[in-house]
Amino acid sequence: MSGSSVAAAPAPASGVETMTYREALRLAMRQEMERDERVFVMGEEVGLFDGSYKVTAGLMDEFGPDRVRDTPISEEGFVGAGVGAAMLGERPIVEIMTLNFLLVAMDQVVNHAAKIGAMFGGEVRCPLVIRTPNGAGNQLTAQHSQSFDGWFAGTPGLKVVAPANPADAKGLLKAAIRDDDPVLVIENLPIYKEKGEVDLDPDLVAPIGRAAVAREGSDLTVVAHSFATVRALKVAEKLAAEKGVSLEVVDLRSLRPLDVETIAASVAKTSRVLCVEEGWPSYGVTAEIAARIQHACFDDLDAPVERLGMAEVPLPYAKELELAAMPTEDRIERAALQVLELVR
Amino acid sequence: MAVIDRTDAPFDLDVGDFYDQYRMMFLIRRFEEAAERQYKAARIGGYCHLSSGQEAATVGAVSALAEDDLLITGYRCHGFALARGVPPEAVMAELFGRAHGCAHGRGGSMHLLDVSRGYYGGWGIVAGQLPIATGMALSLVRQGKEQAVLCELGDGAVNMGAWHESLNLAAVWNLPVVFMVVNNLYGMGTSVDRASAEPDIFKRAGAYRIEGERVDGDDLEEVEWATARLLRAAREERKPAVLEALTYRYRGHSVADAGLAYRTRDEIDERRLQDPLVRTRESLEARGVPPEGLDALEAEVEAEVEAAVVYAEGDAAPSVDQLAAGVYAAGSEEQFERMRPGSPAGEEELVFAGGLGR
Ligand SMILES: Cc1ncc(C[n+]2csc(CCOP(=O)(O)OP(=O)(O)O)c2C)c(N)n1
Ligand SMILES: [Mg+2]
Repeated sequence: MSGSSVAAAPAPASGVETMTYREALRLAMRQEMERDERVFVMGEEVGLFDGSYKVTAGLMDEFGPDRVRDTPISEEGFVGAGVGAAMLGERPIVEIMTLNFLLVAMDQVVNHAAKIGAMFGGEVRCPLVIRTPNGAGNQLTAQHSQSFDGWFAGTPGLKVVAPANPADAKGLLKAAIRDDDPVLVIENLPIYKEKGEVDLDPDLVAPIGRAAVAREGSDLTVVAHSFATVRALKVAEKLAAEKGVSLEVVDLRSLRPLDVETIAASVAKTSRVLCVEEGWPSYGVTAEIAARIQHACFDDLDAPVERLGMAEVPLPYAKELELAAMPTEDRIERAALQVLELVR
Repeated sequence: MAVIDRTDAPFDLDVGDFYDQYRMMFLIRRFEEAAERQYKAARIGGYCHLSSGQEAATVGAVSALAEDDLLITGYRCHGFALARGVPPEAVMAELFGRAHGCAHGRGGSMHLLDVSRGYYGGWGIVAGQLPIATGMALSLVRQGKEQAVLCELGDGAVNMGAWHESLNLAAVWNLPVVFMVVNNLYGMGTSVDRASAEPDIFKRAGAYRIEGERVDGDDLEEVEWATARLLRAAREERKPAVLEALTYRYRGHSVADAGLAYRTRDEIDERRLQDPLVRTRESLEARGVPPEGLDALEAEVEAEVEAAVVYAEGDAAPSVDQLAAGVYAAGSEEQFERMRPGSPAGEEELVFAGGLGR
């Protein structure tokens, strides 16, 4: 155990830089590792290989193999090891190559990490971070294309965040690392290469439990997270330009805790809402949002709450089939126009 | 065909088989090269894991299967499918995501299969196929069949809990399953030495009191002989076993990986000097097969691979209204009928109208 020492804060870097989502995540880890020696990273291929998706590139060179640890392919083992280390006060960041492989460690996440605070009467905590990308769209087929974000967000004891842009990637990952509870940080494969402005300030963290209005509008609220937010923003621009329709996009950012207030305020303004996710909608994130909205916004609604997600099939390989299954911009656009009663 | 004296041979392998095996090894190599080209031309998508360098291990092991034995593998499975007799057209069409691919365009490179040939699939989650192989073997026992299951896995899979649980189950229940570890020295960029506390993987079988054997996986006959012996013990005596075949993958982990971040160019070049294709060809020549015959065979195989590409190119894409085909067994439509009201946007048309089952 490395104790609770927090290194003297380095001189705060300042300014704003344009970087990719992947670089923003790396910056967050680097800053937090500099700030707090209890923070360490482990996972498959995070060190020598520079990360399967290059998020941890260079970190092993910088921090050494003790703080950037390559693991065998043993997800249940090293997620559990993260839980144990966190219980003794370390701040492990466990990288899971993709969300799909977290399933083999589900028991450690859901039935161990998430239980610790409550089951032991608050005597011990588990400040663990699990980072992993979800996402489909590269013909990776049924076992490798999933987004069951809602399964984790439905688990008391876990916190779940899902940044949709580089600034939030940095801010939310930092918040997760500093948080005293187990936090699942859901990243996204297609967003890794997206660029955006990021404030370099090492003390700036994004709040967990706060959604953001990613785009203001007046006719329809689209509630989304992760890559669905990126798609929704593109559709909003297109509809504004082509049809003069004004969409407001609420980016959830945090799935648990969920910011119902921001969603409700938006729906009160627009009276119409479409919920979009990359996962299967049945029993999913959009199901939860729709339930909350009908309760919080019953009098505001001019149309039923609509939701859109992955077609409810294990994702097929063939490009044509995969495309037909995904919540593409075309499908979001069509669903938005339906809620607006502009098409049938 | 030349006749050779095999009185001292440890295994009944005549030159006719050997010739066919070489042909298959050569076919796999050329097939993988074609797959890489097609991937780079964006006709194949997803993950594409090539097995160049591992042909002797693949063909040797599959040749040892009896016709009614069963096979199950991980995702690096093009060679296993071809060796088991799946036509190259059906494999290439699957890689292209076409309707007449062996998984009807649904599975792609990692999820080949051919139930008619006892091949129960390529699986994408490391070690996920091991417990399944155990259950297949259990079924053979319950049905009183004298058959065995060959379960392929990579060196990376032996550190998963599923490996331990499956070996233990197979041992306590005396199941006819041979776990074949294709040890190509790396799981992605992690060498066996860095990942495994006991890098002599075959020795781990001892923890379950089952037989463990290591072979030179680039020696076709050695692989076939060992696999055949272990499969026979599985079939006849219900003895599970671990077979470790030492080999090497020449290409990166997948086509997207250059394969040089964690090993040197020299290491790869050195291994290429031991190319199982060259070794097998030399061995055939030493047994009197004339080089011209082998050259002709190679030309024939190249044409066969080219034909597979042409077939895949010409095959139709699966029809989009069959998106939900196979998700549930035929006859389930009625059960889902009342789920339609209030279904999410697009779901009705995409899932419920698609025709469940095949
Ligand atoms: C449970 C799980 N974790 C991680 C992965 C990602 N992954 C795919 S292949 C692979 C390496 C496996 O190596 P090995 O078993 O040696 O097989 P090889 O690729 O060498 O054939 C990894 C880590 C996965 N598919 N499943
Ligand atoms: Mg390997």
